[in-house]
Formats: sequence, C-alpha cells, structure tokens
Amino acid sequence: MSTANVTAFRRTAGPAVDRRRVTQGRVMRSEWIKLWSLRSTVYTLVAAVGTMIGAGMLLCAFMAAQAALPGSPHQALFDPAGAGLRGVSLAQLAVGVLGVLLVTAEYSTGMIRATLSAVPRRLPVLWAKAGVFTVVAAVLMIAASFTAFLGGQAVLGERGTTLAADGVARAVAGAGLYLTVVGLLGVGLGFILRNTAGAVAALFGLLLVLPTLGEVLPADWGRRVVPYLPSNAGQVIMSVRPAPGELAPWTGFAIFCGYAAVTIVVAAVLLKRRDA
Amino acid sequence: MIEANGLTKRYGGKVAVDNLSFTVRPGVVTGFLGPNGAGKSTTMRMILGLDAPGAGHATVNGRRYTRHAAPLHEVGALLEARAVHPGRSGYDHLLALAATTGISRRRVDEVIDLAGLGEVAHRRVGGFSLGMGQRLGIASALLGDPATLILDEPVNGLDPEGILWIRTLLKGLAAEGRTVFVSSHLMSEMALTAEQLIIVGRGRLIADVAVANFVRDSSRLTTRVRSPQAEWLRDLLAGPDVTVTGDVTGVLEVRGLDGEAVGRIAARHGVTLYELTPVHVSLEEAFMELTRDAVEYHGVTGRGTASVERSAA
Repeated sequence: MSTANVTAFRRTAGPAVDRRRVTQGRVMRSEWIKLWSLRSTVYTLVAAVGTMIGAGMLLCAFMAAQAALPGSPHQALFDPAGAGLRGVSLAQLAVGVLGVLLVTAEYSTGMIRATLSAVPRRLPVLWAKAGVFTVVAAVLMIAASFTAFLGGQAVLGERGTTLAADGVARAVAGAGLYLTVVGLLGVGLGFILRNTAGAVAALFGLLLVLPTLGEVLPADWGRRVVPYLPSNAGQVIMSVRPAPGELAPWTGFAIFCGYAAVTIVVAAVLLKRRDA
Repeated sequence: MIEANGLTKRYGGKVAVDNLSFTVRPGVVTGFLGPNGAGKSTTMRMILGLDAPGAGHATVNGRRYTRHAAPLHEVGALLEARAVHPGRSGYDHLLALAATTGISRRRVDEVIDLAGLGEVAHRRVGGFSLGMGQRLGIASALLGDPATLILDEPVNGLDPEGILWIRTLLKGLAAEGRTVFVSSHLMSEMALTAEQLIIVGRGRLIADVAVANFVRDSSRLTTRVRSPQAEWLRDLLAGPDVTVTGDVTGVLEVRGLDGEAVGRIAARHGVTLYELTPVHVSLEEAFMELTRDAVEYHGVTGRGTASVERSAA
C-alpha cells in the first residue's frame, strides 16, 4: 500500500496543520524553550553567576585587608587576577549540576520518552542539549567571570591588575570557558548514567576527588600523570602564570575539552543503542 | 495503519513480547487488550522506536516510526500520563514538543482548548490531577494532527465525564479516517469504545476479533445443570450446535440448549436433575476466561468460571 493512501483522512473540524520536518535547528529551539521554562534551571544559573561574582569579590576584599598589614607574607605570593576568579570552585558545582539535570531530569520524570518520540532519531536531542547549554553557559559564565574580575580589582584598588596585563584577559575568559566545559561533561555523564545522583557523583569525583588521589602516586608517576587529570588540565587556562610542571594554558584546556568530547561521544553511542 | 511483524522483546531471560503480529486499520478504534504485564506497553514502545525489538519490526503508515521525517505529524502517542516534567507548565511542555517540528503557537492553543485544559495550561504540571495529566497527554498526541494515534491506557484515572470525553473523542478521530490504537486492561471499556480487538496475554496474540463478534460469541446464554447422572446426560445432550463442558463432578455447563430443552430431554430419559440454572456470561468474565492462562499472577477467586469458545480468532 502507498503511504499517501493510508495517511489521508478527512478532518471534520479546524484548519489543517502545516507538516514540517524535524530539523536540528527546531530541536535546538525546543531545548531552548525547555531550558527557560523550568524555575530550577533559572535558579541554578543565577546561583552560578552569583557565586562566581560574589565569592571572587569577597576574596579580593579579604586579600586587600590582609595585604594592607605591614610585612604580610601574603604580599609576595599575591595573585590579584586569581583572587578575583576564585568563585570558579563554587560556580562549577552549580554549572556541573545544571548540565547533569538538563538530561537526568528528563529520565527521572519520564519526559525523555516524549522527547524521543518527537525526535526518534535521538542524536539531534543530544546535540541540541549540548549546543543550547554551551551557548547559554558560555555567555553567562564569561560575562560573570569578567564582572567578578573587574569587581575584584576595584576592591583591590592599586594592588589589583588590569586586563591589559600579560595573560590576564586569557585567564579571565578562560574561567568562563572552563565552567562551560564542566557543564558539558555533566551533560555527557547525564546521558551515560541517566540518574541525577550517579551523574553528579561521577562528575565531581572526576573533577575534585581524582586530583587528590593523583597526589598519592609515586613521585615520578605523579609528575607525569597529575597535570593531565581533567580539572588540573582544565584549570591551567585560569592561571596568569602557570606554575612549573603545569601544562601550557591552551594545551591544558584542549585536553580538558578532549575529556568532554570523549564523554559526549560515549553518550551518543549509548543514547542511540539503549532502550529509552 | 500500524503493522507489527513478529515483534519480540526479552528482558533478561523473560519474554515480554513473543512473536507478535497484527495490523491496525484506519477508520475504526482498535482496542489492545490484555491483563497487566501482557506486553501491551512494551509493544507500543517498540512501535514508537523507544525500545528496540529483539526480533521483528513494526511500521506506522508504511514506514518504521524512526524513519519518518516529521514523526509528530504521523503518530500521536500517549505513553504515560506523567511523561512530563512536573516543574514545567502544560503550555510550555506542549510548546517545546511542538517546536521540534515547527508547529505553531496557534496549534498549541488549539489542542489546549480541544483537551479542555484552558484554565490550567499555564500552571505547573506537578499540581495537575491525574485526569488533567491524561488530558495533557492527549493534547500532546494531537499536536501534529496525526493520521495515527497510539494511546496507552488513556482512561486510567479519569472520572466518568473524562471517560465519556475520551470515548467520544476517539470515535470521532476514527470516524475521520484515522488509525486509533488504544490499550486497556478493561474489557468493559473496550466493548464501548472499540470496534476491533487485539487481545494479548503473556506477550502472545490470543485473538484479533471484531468487538461485535466477541460480544456475540461470549455473551451467549449457558445453562448450568447438576445431576447425579451427569455423564449419561452429557451424552444425551450432545448435538451439532451444543457444547457441554464440566469441570466439577456432577455439574455441566451447556451451551446451545436453553433450560427448557435440557429439562425436556432429561425428563424424556428419566434423568434426575438437582439444579437447572440459566447463566449469563459477562464480557469481563469472557475476557478473563480467554486470558486466564496468560495472567501473570493469579489472585484466588471463589467465582465459578464461565467457559468461552475460542472461536474468536
């Protein structure tokens, strides 16, 4: 039988609905609507931006007070740009959880079956979630990072530094980029584990726990392995002057992106293969 | 039009759906009936490409669901009322689904009205009653104005008004020439809504039958006869259109002869009768009888059983 035959039916009421194909752009639009129509997502984004700016400025204020004391040991080690960006360690929790939740909330609520019925080829959903998240997180986190830096330097006054100084602009933008990729790792792990608690634990195990385990390795092993661990590699981009033994900023960041890419590829294979 | 060809699905060592083949035709409501755990939902998920069959395949409107360029325009599905994020409003939920295939806001408003969700559409779904959740599921199934509808237990949790609404809606959609495939574990509901029945048990096809035939075959009167000479009476009653069954010693279930005829035959041969009772078989009993071997977990019931011919298929 022909498809044209069986799809023909007589509508008795209402105008016909235009038949349009599913495209990547339309799936992106759908994910955009989903992202902004949940209070939890919006709150998490506000928390990420807030902690990034708030914690950075608070630390700068603290530093300014400390450094003002004569003969303070803090003076020699003082890194004004780094102080302004210290909110990253808190903001990454919010951004990472958001990346995970974007995916696992669909599994825990059953929404994923509605989503995959609408887009049965499935992979466009992964690309759309990753794409929309990347755009939103990058814009907000880079903006938050610059705000935190400029605010921090304003607090530090003459002890502060400027964006024109060597490596500073890269470090500030890099903080926003690092946070974005943390969230992307969350998206990938969300699709792999399909469970909020599991994916959050895996993400922060990878970022926070793995580096401390690396430190207990034998010294010459450690020197070779530790810089390549995800968060160590990813965070060099935020240091104005990388310490000896650390990777070069963009090399480290590229490796960190590599971890995220591998995670997303595994997620894609599993999403395509498994039952929803 | 939905066609299932040898659909099979195993979970671990357990067979959920076993070589299931059937065709669902446009223009009528087709009921997909079976006890809980019969594999109805799994079959529907395989049709929609959510679960991959271990063997066999299913097509919708002549093509596998996953190969359609605009799936929401081909098939509208209600799989579970709660396949929705509770934190999102019904309106935003529909808007997000509609966006995947470029369906306009106007159409979203239309299906909200159609489903009677106007007042609650902008509230978060978490606060919806079960009935409202079902209506939202129906609204999302109708978004793309699809030629085929697949609905898993749509009347679950609905009040009588809602049940009537669904029944009328489904019949109307079928009358427009659409394919309407509705699962249920309630025979009585399907008898009122569907014209065709596909009955499954333990993942296997038990019957594919017009509702009218099923009702005619199963609601025939039977006569219960109790006699100390039951075996002799059985032989006396035998005839071309007569079926006599009996599980209990001394009790016969006779179909094809009414009480009067049985009494006359017994009297003519001097057979003693202790009891002669006309028994009506309800549709629900007929369905239970048909699927008795296929029910996963039996409850213990004290009810007598009514037998049904398996002439259905």
